[in-house]
Amino acid sequence: MLTQENLNRIEEIRKRYATSQAALLPVLWIAQEQEGWISEEMMREVGKLLDLPYGHVLGVVSFYTMFHSEPLGKYHIEVCTNVSCMLRGSDGILKAIEHHCGVKPGETSADRKWTVSEVECMGACGGAPMLAIGEEYYEGLTPESTEKLLGSLK
Amino acid sequence: MERYILPDIPGYSAIDVYEQHGGYGALKKALGMKPEEVTDEVKKSSLRGRGGACFPTGLKWTFMPKQSTKAKYLCVNGDESEPGTFKDRQILELNPHALIEGTVIACYAMGITTAYIYLRGEYGKWIRMLQKALDAAYAKGYVGEKILGSGFSTNVYLHKGAGAYICGEESALMNSLEGQRGYPRVKPPFPAQFGVWGCPTTINNVETICNVPLIINKGWEWYSKIGAAKHPGPILVGVSGHVNKPGVFEVPTGELLTDLIDKCAGGVPGDKKIKAVIPGGSSTMILRGEAIEGVRMDADSLKAAGSSVGTAGMIVMDETTDLIRVISRISKFYYHESCGQCTPCREGTGWIWKILKRFELGEGQMKDIDLLMDIANSIEGNTICALGDAAAWPVQSMIRRFRDEFEKRVKPAAVAVAS
Repeated sequence: MLTQENLNRIEEIRKRYATSQAALLPVLWIAQEQEGWISEEMMREVGKLLDLPYGHVLGVVSFYTMFHSEPLGKYHIEVCTNVSCMLRGSDGILKAIEHHCGVKPGETSADRKWTVSEVECMGACGGAPMLAIGEEYYEGLTPESTEKLLGSLK
Repeated sequence: MERYILPDIPGYSAIDVYEQHGGYGALKKALGMKPEEVTDEVKKSSLRGRGGACFPTGLKWTFMPKQSTKAKYLCVNGDESEPGTFKDRQILELNPHALIEGTVIACYAMGITTAYIYLRGEYGKWIRMLQKALDAAYAKGYVGEKILGSGFSTNVYLHKGAGAYICGEESALMNSLEGQRGYPRVKPPFPAQFGVWGCPTTINNVETICNVPLIINKGWEWYSKIGAAKHPGPILVGVSGHVNKPGVFEVPTGELLTDLIDKCAGGVPGDKKIKAVIPGGSSTMILRGEAIEGVRMDADSLKAAGSSVGTAGMIVMDETTDLIRVISRISKFYYHESCGQCTPCREGTGWIWKILKRFELGEGQMKDIDLLMDIANSIEGNTICALGDAAAWPVQSMIRRFRDEFEKRVKPAAVAVAS
């Protein structure tokens, strides 16, 4: 269920667009921000709110890689392995992450502390290799600094 | 050269510092001109889009109908996702007001009352920086109702994407903005006739828009003398990969690639030889290291060298680089990002990646090299949007220019193994 505060935010956002459908991405962002992921129940609620069929909402959620239809671990580690990062050692960064978190890309640890994802270029090629946790970018990494970073997360 | 898009001024992202250095002066000047005079100025400046296609910006603006019964829209494309490209992020962080000022001027020139700046979802932190700048600009009357006491009003909204490379394609961006899957549209109709919600729409890249205040301030004659005559202006070049000081560098167009690598990015670590350079983001054709001598960062020079400017995201690879791994990784990217509408791209990108994985493991076959070329040729030009071409060009150029790298990874014939 979207909170009243978020429903108010959504009312404001809708005014920016010519159709209510156009508010779908911003509303899904709010839903995900509130719950950490987007459940089927939430997709149905968003659909009702914006007068869209559930199938449309599901279609959009499943198209965009940043919308999660399953809950993630407490920390979502996204490591870029695209060319610029690969050339500067993202293999070693990924290995350090797998070692520390005990999971492979695409998996969540049993204690639900970590979700690890191998991602496409994040636009931080000047700071390669890099990883992101939430909205925070960590650049110029080494396997050692990666270990240290992950170790600092409680 | 003095820097204009990313000036070396501390605190420039704050509105008062921006104003102290003449910020929003171009907007004041533009509001005193006729809208068509503003467009004319941009047209004469020869500014070309910085998002990859190098299309003349002023000309694009003239495609918008002057009279329209429907609303008109501007979309500013900040869905920067091309591997090797990280310039727009610098603008959001260091010079957000140039983006806002340029957006409002563009709206005035085309008679647009609503603009959306579409930003890639991963840039959440930088979107907040831009929102803060936008709020400050609204508070000072540079955006919103009756701007600076004139009769002109326009709203600017930020729209956050959600992790789809394809939404950087202008028609996919519009569908995404409409709350749909980011599927590119068949063109024609072009956006200026049938864009967002079927209304006349112009789409410009973030960096392109940031050049507009500069042109209005200094005049088209001044601007058109910077850098390469047919592709002038300052350009943000990202240099990444095997260089000592990777980063974004503002230079005049027409800078030598070798100078960008050696003088801007500090050369190659260990003074190793350069094996290959991708000059403008992962979709641009790869060049052999020895072929970059004398090549310049502008549309004509790179075209003559057999590649393109793209988004000016250079990736430098030294002599130790495994190019098969590079092309395999690039192909995985396009396979992942193909929206799936067109069969050649949806299927072909997957086949290419699978075959390249075989080469990576040393299990390629000689006939696979031609098969890769055949698949890439079947994708190129046969899809709704340019993602198909973007997936094909790196493969085609890699085979053409580094065929020996593929041949080295062919599995020795059974006979040879037996002996």
